[in-house]
Amino acid sequence: MANPMRIRAASKDGITEVRILMNHEMETGQRRDASGALVPAWFIQDVSAKLNDQIVMTSQWGPSIAKNPYFAFKIKGGKTGDTVSVTWVDNRGDTRTDTVKVT
Amino acid sequence: MGEMNRRQALRAGGLFTAFVAAGLLPAGWARAAWNKAAFEGKSIQEALGALGATAPGDSDAVQIIASDIAENGAVVPVQIVSRVPGTTQIVLFVEKNPNVLAGVFDVGPDIVADVTTRIKMMQTSNVVAVVKADGKFLAATKEIKVTLGGCGG
Repeated sequence: MANPMRIRAASKDGITEVRILMNHEMETGQRRDASGALVPAWFIQDVSAKLNDQIVMTSQWGPSIAKNPYFAFKIKGGKTGDTVSVTWVDNRGDTRTDTVKVT
Repeated sequence: MGEMNRRQALRAGGLFTAFVAAGLLPAGWARAAWNKAAFEGKSIQEALGALGATAPGDSDAVQIIASDIAENGAVVPVQIVSRVPGTTQIVLFVEKNPNVLAGVFDVGPDIVADVTTRIKMMQTSNVVAVVKADGKFLAATKEIKVTLGGCGG
């Protein structure tokens, strides 16, 4: 199981700003190791988020997103006490979901 | 029908169909949205073609907020803001990376067209943001100089 994300979700003036730090190598598949062998690509491909039970955000990523990805977006709505959950899926099929309360 | 069932039904049926109809999610969306051809595109033109986009025109309403110079190409912060009414998608390219497409961010009805991430840049390059709005495509371009390459990740 992959390492947890760090998520902050803060509501202000009717907009909930979500900031996420993920733990992931985001290996491009272009890099060679010390022995000259190509390191296989390994990166997050899909990231989605829910506000409470409803999907509000979807995105698709390539290996040009930096290692240990940072991602911030803004939800129209959301208030203190609501939950935001973020899910990623990588190209190996590994997945991780983390949930926070909106502050 | 119970609350849970209603929600499940909404999610499985109405909401999903609405998203697909609005062009926010490709048909068959369920972890299958990742567009392999687009992400393997070697040029912006090729990747845009794979995304079904026409050649974008430049627009001041699309903005790339980033430093002019990145000291570390492995971690380059980039924010994209679209003030184009009806924006449904933001697509981010790094022109001189081996695979030019960095990310596709769907702007659903519940999301502000304002996303921030950090990208890798192998070398000094144009970063291009293409926004889809009402079936049209609009772009902004910004050159970011890289003083230390970031392909190692």
